[in-house]
Amino acid sequence: MILLEQVTVRYGSGAGRITAASDVSFEVAEGEAFGMVGESGSGKSTVLRAIAGLIPHAEGRVTLDGREMQGHRTRAARKMVQMVFQDPYGSLHPNQTVDQTLSMPVAIHHLGDTDRRVSAVLQEVGLGREHRYRYPHQLSGGQRQRVAIARALILEPRILLLDEPTSALDVSVQAEILNLLARLRRDHRLTLLMVSHDLAVIAHLCERIAVMSHGGVIEVTTADALAAGTVTHPYTRQLLRSNRGFDRSGAEIVDVAS
Amino acid sequence: MSEAPLLTVRNLRVTFPGDEGDFVAVRCISFTLGRERLGIVGESGSGKSTTGRAVMGLVGHPGRVEADEMRLGDTDLLRLDERGFRRLRGKRVAMILQDPKYSLDPVMSVGHQIAETHRCHFGSNAKAARTAALEMLAAVHIRDPERVYGLYPHQVSGGMGQRVMIAMMLIAGPDLLIADEPTSALDVTVQHQVLAIMDDLVRSRGMGLILISHNLHLVSAFCDRVLVMYAGRVVETCVASRLSEARHPYTRGLLASLPELGRRRTELPQLQRDPAWAAP
Repeated sequence: MILLEQVTVRYGSGAGRITAASDVSFEVAEGEAFGMVGESGSGKSTVLRAIAGLIPHAEGRVTLDGREMQGHRTRAARKMVQMVFQDPYGSLHPNQTVDQTLSMPVAIHHLGDTDRRVSAVLQEVGLGREHRYRYPHQLSGGQRQRVAIARALILEPRILLLDEPTSALDVSVQAEILNLLARLRRDHRLTLLMVSHDLAVIAHLCERIAVMSHGGVIEVTTADALAAGTVTHPYTRQLLRSNRGFDRSGAEIVDVAS
Repeated sequence: MSEAPLLTVRNLRVTFPGDEGDFVAVRCISFTLGRERLGIVGESGSGKSTTGRAVMGLVGHPGRVEADEMRLGDTDLLRLDERGFRRLRGKRVAMILQDPKYSLDPVMSVGHQIAETHRCHFGSNAKAARTAALEMLAAVHIRDPERVYGLYPHQVSGGMGQRVMIAMMLIAGPDLLIADEPTSALDVTVQHQVLAIMDDLVRSRGMGLILISHNLHLVSAFCDRVLVMYAGRVVETCVASRLSEARHPYTRGLLASLPELGRRRTELPQLQRDPAWAAP
């Protein structure tokens, strides 16, 4: 469903040019949930954006559902890939009601039947009719993230890109959103690509996980291998230790370049 | 503990008046703190940050702080006016906030900010303050203090910024440090470096520490004792290392809703809130 071959993304030009992701390759099958972990600046969000077509990739190939993506994307190609962002406070328009936010993509893609689509998708993400005409500030963080998921879902995408979808939420709300995502994936045969810094969250939802550092994939492992602790790269092992609460050994610095 | 507690809080209430009646953010919480590491956990809105702010005298108008007793060492915090609190803050109790990007002054070099704290509290001259600031930067494991002294907040990384904050907060030698989500804005590997540095300094100086966090694993591994807050109340107090054996249904629900490595569940249990938890 998703095939990346030696994808490189650069920002800027001349002396200020930064290579945010270099030589990234992996494949995600239809209906699979694939995770990416790494620290800030490791390039994981950049890879998501390149797949979504939000930024052009400089080198390599991005193939979605058998079609290579180059330059301008067709409307159908954009409809197929939708993204949910980290911070629902920042990603929803503050002056638009939930109804307006959800109707806009339907209008852009000329899908028609707006009213039915909006109420169906709200029900699907567990929001009631009473939420439909509210503004983002009248919703809790969890409800906002449900709206952001509904906004992506209303176009009936086949690939859902999730950029830290639960890191701004309390753990009890995080559990609700993770359950919702797992259910949506089952019901719609969605292919998920999720980015997070929390290994436990990633391993809960995803079968295979890419560990990123300094713009490159340093290891592709599985949730089972993470759980069993049988990961090979020292950087991955350090991430694993750091995720198990405070531990002095997590404080030592592992240089990935070595 | 035989020695007198560092901080005593008895029946603390914090109220914010609103259009639809008063909102009570903290309801009658009591605790004492010795020279130990106390964790306060809870969800957003549980009142954990407001508790920390009340101790610092930082609950602004129109919020009201009331208590039967609130005492830091031999100082009665309830009788303190704004001037008194200004002398207290930094010198005897200091606070580290979540994100160094927002809590450092963007137009002042980090070294100057640290030195300023020293000058405020000790009336030292520029040279002595600078020396003290450089020593403090070295104490938080900054390799090249001379260079970092002249950097501005936007030029330092998140982890370094938070170490600068720690340096600034500890330079006046406070007895109590309140750290409000000190590492949530940092990457996990950097989090542990910052916590280790904070821990070393707090221990070697015999300070008390209140760590406010929503991260249960972190608090349980780092602190000695944990208060669990819900809707402005302390619902449970336990030994940090035994947080996994907590008995209150709220704490148990929070722990159960965390995804766990090596324990795959198709569905995570969702927290069912009981209105009785918020009742006295």
